[in-house]
Amino acid sequence: MTQKYDVIIIGAGMSAMAAGIRLAHYGKKTLILEKHFISGGLNSYYQRGKRKFDVGLHALTNFCGPREKRKPLTKLLKQLRIPYDTFELQEQSHSLISFPERTMKFSNDFNELVEEVAQNFPHEIDGFSKLVSYMEEYNEVALDNETIMAKDVVSKYIKDSLLIEMIFCPLLIYGSAWEDDMDFSQFVIMFKSIYLEGFSRPKGGVRTIIDTLLKRLEESECEVRFRCGVEKIITKDGKAIGVLTTKGEEIHADKILSSAGNPETMKLVNNDLSQDQLPAIGKLSFTETILCTDQRPKELGQDATIIFYNNRDKYSYRRPETLIDNRSSVICLPNNFSNDELDEGWIRLTMMANYPKWKELERNVYLEQKNIVLEESIEIAKKFLPNWDGSFQFKDVFSPTTIERYTGHFQGTVYGSTDKKRDGKTEYENLYLIGTDQGFLGIVGSMLSGVSMANLYGLMD
Amino acid sequence: MEAVEVRNIVLEIIEDVALDEDLTNLKDEVSLRDQLDLDSMDFLDIVMELKKRHKIEVPQEDYPQLATMQSCVEYLTPKFQ
Ligand SMILES: Cc1cc2nc3c(=O)[nH]c(=O)nc-3n(C[C@H](O)[C@H](O)[C@H](O)COP(=O)(O)OP(=O)(O)OC[C@H]3O[C@@H](n4cnc5c(N)ncnc54)[C@H](O)[C@@H]3O)c2cc1C
Repeated sequence: MTQKYDVIIIGAGMSAMAAGIRLAHYGKKTLILEKHFISGGLNSYYQRGKRKFDVGLHALTNFCGPREKRKPLTKLLKQLRIPYDTFELQEQSHSLISFPERTMKFSNDFNELVEEVAQNFPHEIDGFSKLVSYMEEYNEVALDNETIMAKDVVSKYIKDSLLIEMIFCPLLIYGSAWEDDMDFSQFVIMFKSIYLEGFSRPKGGVRTIIDTLLKRLEESECEVRFRCGVEKIITKDGKAIGVLTTKGEEIHADKILSSAGNPETMKLVNNDLSQDQLPAIGKLSFTETILCTDQRPKELGQDATIIFYNNRDKYSYRRPETLIDNRSSVICLPNNFSNDELDEGWIRLTMMANYPKWKELERNVYLEQKNIVLEESIEIAKKFLPNWDGSFQFKDVFSPTTIERYTGHFQGTVYGSTDKKRDGKTEYENLYLIGTDQGFLGIVGSMLSGVSMANLYGLMD
Repeated sequence: MEAVEVRNIVLEIIEDVALDEDLTNLKDEVSLRDQLDLDSMDFLDIVMELKKRHKIEVPQEDYPQLATMQSCVEYLTPKFQ
């Protein structure tokens, strides 16, 4: 007999786990199907010897205190029935936006950024404040906001292109599917989550979040199957009715929520579609270098938590022509969150990378190129760690092809397609998108997406 | 069922839905929204919890009846009979 569920969720990343908790908690018979053997998706974890690493985590955005009202993070935790204290959030010290001519500092106290703008760009502080007021009133999460590009809006308030570039830099690299710009709603979400709210790190890293979500899934009696991918989404008369798994089972459901991504999901419906018939595949992918050192970043001369580095006059946020773009980067120093719990110094470094170029490399050239990424990463990190000689105890580098292999995102895209579906609807009835390609991303954003889509299409109708 | 028991049932649900809030000084006649960080999503959760735990249905047009603890108890007590 064909198995039958109320809801099938494709993937066990952040959005999928959050959606599963909501649905199962309220009695929906829910099945999560994940092709990988662990959960977390783009923000999972792994181990090398005794060392435990997070795939993605630099920082959790949307920091807020325990009793702060009406904040995205408190809303999310409430919806998932997770007490605030569970994550034991460790706040950043401060972060830097480092450009050739100027450096600006920001922290979890927004006034610090306001003062930096006033000091570095006195002629723009009025415009900046007006922009902030405008954004505070703006409903960035409305599902029917039309797409307008953020630089068009921001340039009405701020004229100095250097300031515009500096404000955009962290927001783009932490969450834009578009090159060099982003949708204004997404800009407001990112601005609030990074500048107005800020960064923290859960004690124990991303494992703490994932373990908590898994525990909540179990308590809610949501069924999760690992190493069980969805091979095909079965449709009939324009309606999704079930899936075919990689194990050859056919499973039916009233609703299907997919966190695989927009083009990836459409390909699961119809494998014959060619790339130009699919929704756009996002172009942004990255290399990530992880280094462990016997000295901590503070001893090496740096107390910032995250550094957004750019050495061009204009920040270039786009797929580079070459394998990597070494002229800008994000350097994350997890020891510099409050209460350093790590056994050694950690340096994480992200650079933009070109997927097609990585994809065509032969195995031995690929390994050589990963070594070059390592050397480039060390060169960049040294600029901010004046007492470091570049020596390390452990290194790991991953590339766009690694991301593609582990998450199934076409071309190793991290922020998904530019064809977002804000209302989650697809052209097929009963098939909805959650997570990155619904439009909310990052760890907090994708969980919020899972919650809101589960509420809207699983619980409210 | 007595009104006090219904009050306890509602309190238990609010405790779970608004899980980081301190409810010891909750005033029964003051709007819940004014005392606690509850939005429309949370009220929906209260309604869904009533259904899940006690099979009690609250139609959408009756949501305003859940504004205060007092009005909750008045509205729900007959439903528990
Ligand atoms: C290097 C890196 C660093 C990052 N740093 C941060 C950070 O510091 N802070 C932050 O907030 N965010 C960060 N992010 C972004 C964040 O990780 C993502 O935005 C978020 O995890 C996306 O979650 P999701 O649920 O939308 O999708 P995903 O995590 O992509 O989940 C999709 C899941 O679906 C599964 N899947 C796909 N296809 C199928 C199929 N056919 N059948 C079954 N399962 C399938 C995949 O295996 C995956 O588990 C980072 C990402 C990366 C890659």
